[in-house]
Amino acid sequence: MQNESITYITAKSKWYRINFKELWRYRDLVLLFVKRNITTSYKQTILGPLWIIINPLISTVVFTVIFGVIANTSPAGVPQFLFYMSGNLLWSFFSSCLGKGSGTFLGNARLFGKVYFPRLCTPVADMAYSFLNYAIQMIVFVILTIVYACITPFVQPNWVLALVPLMVLQTAVLGMGVGLIISSITTKYRDLNILVSFGVSLWMYITPVVYPVARIPDWLYPLFMLNPVAPIMESYRYAFLGTGSFEWFYWLISLGVTVLVALFGLVVFSKVEKNFIDTV
Amino acid sequence: MELDKNCVIKTQHLQKEYRLGVIGTGTLRNDIQSWIAKKRGKEDPNRRIGAEEYKKGDTFLAVDDIDLEIMRGERVGIIGANGAGKSTLLKLLSRITSPSDGEIAYRGRIASMLEVGTGFHPELTGRENVYLNGAILGMTRADVDRKIDDIIAFSECEKFIDTPVKRYSSGMFVKLAFSVAAHLDAEIMIMDEVLAVGDMKFQKKCINKMRELAVDENRTVLYVSHNMGTIQDLCSRCIVLDHGKKVYDGEVDEAIKLYMGGDNDEFFMATYEDQYKNPVRRHDLNLTQVKYNGRTTNLFYDNEPLKLELTWENLEDIPSLSLRVEVQDPRRIPVTSYIIEDFYSGKKGETHTQRFSFDISKIAQGRYFTRYVFYNKKDATAAYEDIEDAAGLIFRRQVSDTLKRKWHRSWGSVRLGNIQLEND
Repeated sequence: MQNESITYITAKSKWYRINFKELWRYRDLVLLFVKRNITTSYKQTILGPLWIIINPLISTVVFTVIFGVIANTSPAGVPQFLFYMSGNLLWSFFSSCLGKGSGTFLGNARLFGKVYFPRLCTPVADMAYSFLNYAIQMIVFVILTIVYACITPFVQPNWVLALVPLMVLQTAVLGMGVGLIISSITTKYRDLNILVSFGVSLWMYITPVVYPVARIPDWLYPLFMLNPVAPIMESYRYAFLGTGSFEWFYWLISLGVTVLVALFGLVVFSKVEKNFIDTV
Repeated sequence: MELDKNCVIKTQHLQKEYRLGVIGTGTLRNDIQSWIAKKRGKEDPNRRIGAEEYKKGDTFLAVDDIDLEIMRGERVGIIGANGAGKSTLLKLLSRITSPSDGEIAYRGRIASMLEVGTGFHPELTGRENVYLNGAILGMTRADVDRKIDDIIAFSECEKFIDTPVKRYSSGMFVKLAFSVAAHLDAEIMIMDEVLAVGDMKFQKKCINKMRELAVDENRTVLYVSHNMGTIQDLCSRCIVLDHGKKVYDGEVDEAIKLYMGGDNDEFFMATYEDQYKNPVRRHDLNLTQVKYNGRTTNLFYDNEPLKLELTWENLEDIPSLSLRVEVQDPRRIPVTSYIIEDFYSGKKGETHTQRFSFDISKIAQGRYFTRYVFYNKKDATAAYEDIEDAAGLIFRRQVSDTLKRKWHRSWGSVRLGNIQLEND
């Protein structure tokens, strides 16, 4: 069967052209990348994929001890372990999307330099892989939440749960969007690569991951909620635990920012992808 | 840009420009520093002392205004020296980088094999890698499913297909990787020197496979290589690039001749004196001069013998000297050798000039290199490690039309004569 479609390549192409149709044609590649990541991540480890669960459990224990027992940042009544776990899981999902996205060009330079396929395949696959890990962790979290909801009146899952899938998607898209922007800039300036690792951990502290928004003084509150991850985190936690609040206003702003960041990221990415191999 | 019905690739004024020198300093801080310094008219603090300063306009064209039109089913070889722009051209066609000017249009899909085994993951098994690599090269899972048996059979790796490829020998790795590429569905296949790996038998198999694809299935093949043998084997048309420009497009034999050193009479009629500049110097002997005996050109006609005059200086006592003169074709593959053993002995400090004559009547028309190997016949083992050779003179055989009949380059470099009929 001969494919007769004609492709044109010119020096100047429109800046907004992002070829989603082509990406769709390469969907099998995305799936295979995800599969490759799954099969290779835990090769030659004893516990294997169990690490997906052990990892957040251990860090949640540490959070509980340091922030819960020592600093006592969690709101009264709410089971501390659950409180920190909810923040921890969503944040590590976000930072994993961001981190993987920001490594797209540098990490795949060799591959990209030798063969053409829609470059977006790799960040999309990375995002899917991060989501898979997150989903597995969520199973544990949901079970714990149900258990706690039965035994304590402080855990009250509510209607905002209906918005959670959208929030999770938003988290992924926001992380990836920021990641793609960073990735595009790092093809020329490696500074950002270094910035990412500690920048992300700093970002965590201005996001209500280990403390509730209620701790923020009123005068700082509007500014604080402009951090697009903050409203997601707060709403997400509210949905499962019933602690904190859900505010449409800030969440919609965050959603808007996410869309803008994602669009900007895609545009910059598609601009850089054409020639990055010459400068990387 | 319009594409004719049978045209699969067309380029117009295709250009790729690279900036010379370092692009930025690599860190944002230094770039800003340099920029501020420039604004204030001070010297750039990040410029390396003594480094050549490249001005803004300093660019070079890796691909310079190339117009191509490639038809369906053609097997096009692309040759040229290093830096001629071959790989850049392939990269442009396979969309790894984009042109600075001009346009490309192509019909169907392009599969590029700029490297064998791109994206292979060492931890995955052969089979898993076939799927992954196939997908990277543009196949869907269903495509691979359909072809997996053929791919595995072609790769000769059946036994190890479920073993992680990190345990493969490099040969097996390459075979498996090539097999995937060879089974792609793409209408246009682009290959950069990928066949240079693998053993001879497998190379032959690959070339045949590519030719089959082109002839039987009307696929188009673009092939870049420095190996003229495979170019001759595979291609039906050949393009020569030089400094980013297309200098020849047409017959394979002609293209190879051109690339192999400007096979024009101007060059060959010239005196040869400059050709030999690095005499052999070994511990016991110093070859100081090589020239043709009584000639000013390196062109030899018909039955004329090749006459050489070698001059050397003995650095030590030489009890016995033997000489082998190797004749090589333009690919530097030996055609034949002439030997003379035990022809000279001399004392330290003497200088000797010796003339030799070679019967080259059986060597076909063409251009040849010579190489001189001195050795000591009596002390064979010791001598061979001491062999020094020199890139010798280049000579050209010219056979007049009556003798030439129809001798084709690809028939070989030695003409041994007619077949004798044998009657009972």
